[in-house]
Amino acid sequence: MESLTLLIPLSVAAVFLIGWVFWRALQGGQFDDLDRPGVQVLSEDE
Amino acid sequence: MQTTENSYNYKVVRQFAIMTVVWGVVGMLVGVIIAAQLLWPELNFDIPWLSYGRLRPLHTNAVIFAFGGCALFATSYYVVQRTSHARLFSGGLAAFTFWGWQAVIVMAAITLPLGITQGKEYAELEWPIDILITLVWVSYAVVFFGTLWKRKIPHIYVANWFFGAFILTVAVLHLVNSAAVPASFWKSYSVYAGAQDAMVQWWYGHNAVGFFLTAGFLGMMYYFIPKQAERPIYSYRLSIVHFWALIFTYMWAGPHHLHYTALPEWAQSLGMVFSLILLAPSWGGMINGIMTLSGAWHKLREDPILKFLIVSLSFYGMSTFEGPMMSIKTVNALSHYTDWTVGHVHSGALGWVGLVTFGSIYFLIPKLYGRAQMWSVRLINVHFWIATVGIVLYIAAMWIAGVMQGLMWRAVGADGSLTYTFVESVKATYPFYAIRLLGGLLYFSGMLIMAYNVLKTVLDGKTFEAMIPAPAHA
Repeated sequence: MESLTLLIPLSVAAVFLIGWVFWRALQGGQFDDLDRPGVQVLSEDE
Repeated sequence: MQTTENSYNYKVVRQFAIMTVVWGVVGMLVGVIIAAQLLWPELNFDIPWLSYGRLRPLHTNAVIFAFGGCALFATSYYVVQRTSHARLFSGGLAAFTFWGWQAVIVMAAITLPLGITQGKEYAELEWPIDILITLVWVSYAVVFFGTLWKRKIPHIYVANWFFGAFILTVAVLHLVNSAAVPASFWKSYSVYAGAQDAMVQWWYGHNAVGFFLTAGFLGMMYYFIPKQAERPIYSYRLSIVHFWALIFTYMWAGPHHLHYTALPEWAQSLGMVFSLILLAPSWGGMINGIMTLSGAWHKLREDPILKFLIVSLSFYGMSTFEGPMMSIKTVNALSHYTDWTVGHVHSGALGWVGLVTFGSIYFLIPKLYGRAQMWSVRLINVHFWIATVGIVLYIAAMWIAGVMQGLMWRAVGADGSLTYTFVESVKATYPFYAIRLLGGLLYFSGMLIMAYNVLKTVLDGKTFEAMIPAPAHA
């Protein structure tokens, strides 16, 4: 299957890319506080 | 035109929000017409442009990319600005995404009835339009991620992760699947052939469902449910887990569209296994959204917008349960090529995508036009019930029709010959097509009620500059 030789590497690359983004976000402190962000979005009035 | 950097760009949000309603009316009208054609084939009036085969892709493109697409643009532009405390990056590019996307839709509405098509489901548009889509989409990504880049709030709200993943993935899907060699201005041939083409097509097709129709709308869900309920999402932690689990596993489910075909057996089984795994993050997200109302269930009684949003999640849960079940090969042997698939798609499309969009637009329109609420809250309630009854009629009719067709097609007599001819199954389906048309008509009437309500609200309201809050000194 030629198409699988395109799609599988593409999907594997996507997994590594997603993993890298996740790691960067984790290290960047995006997930340090998982309580306040949920509330903060409510506090601004529209 | 002088625009201040300390106000939100609501103009483009307004444009997309209004066009969501307009294209909703158009796309659903075409859906009703083709449902009627299945009942009364004479309704194509022997005009090729109105034949079922040409109007059906017009319907799917109009509801998915015009109605759904405009809703995604409107809400993502709104949410990313509000949660970042930043004006949209590049007003010019944002305006280009609006006019460019409308041009794509208009060209689709012209070329599809003319029979100009690449013949790939949900990717029918010919190569010149595909190039315009690419330009619009790259601009969309620049505007969205540019806004995130200049955000004043350090934390990226979870809805933006969903919108961001949707934008990036759709770009990749579109580029890979639409790769074609032009033969003339309005005709091209896919660079893939045969089973290769089928695999690429359904890798695209299923991920389009996963990222266009799921991840993007989950972004809406994670913003508008907490806002409308005035309660934080049930578990913010779970929403983060939901996001990463969903995008890590989604990419591999496509082969379930090609069970029992020339695709290698192992690829089919892989697709099935990953489809089953998807049940977990999907239900995690559904529970998270619905449980946001935990302790405040009474709000469901009086707030029709919340009804739309919460019931959309129950349809999300239903179709993300049904989908994995249908991907099991033995179930698929019965369901595939029947109207059960059509029912499944519509429980997702009408139930999940449609209702969450209606809820979000009903939330947005008054905010964008300086009103406290919609012109008529009662009409929102009417819309909710008429749409919900319509969905139930639609999907129940298709379930019965689909299972019946599957059973009739596989029934064999003692000597091994088929019990029924194909046309007998068509005849048996006829009454269910009538019920489906009725369900579709109800859903479409709800859309008309919404359009009227939105029109009245907009006429009463006025546009204004919404200011970005000054940074707080904590």
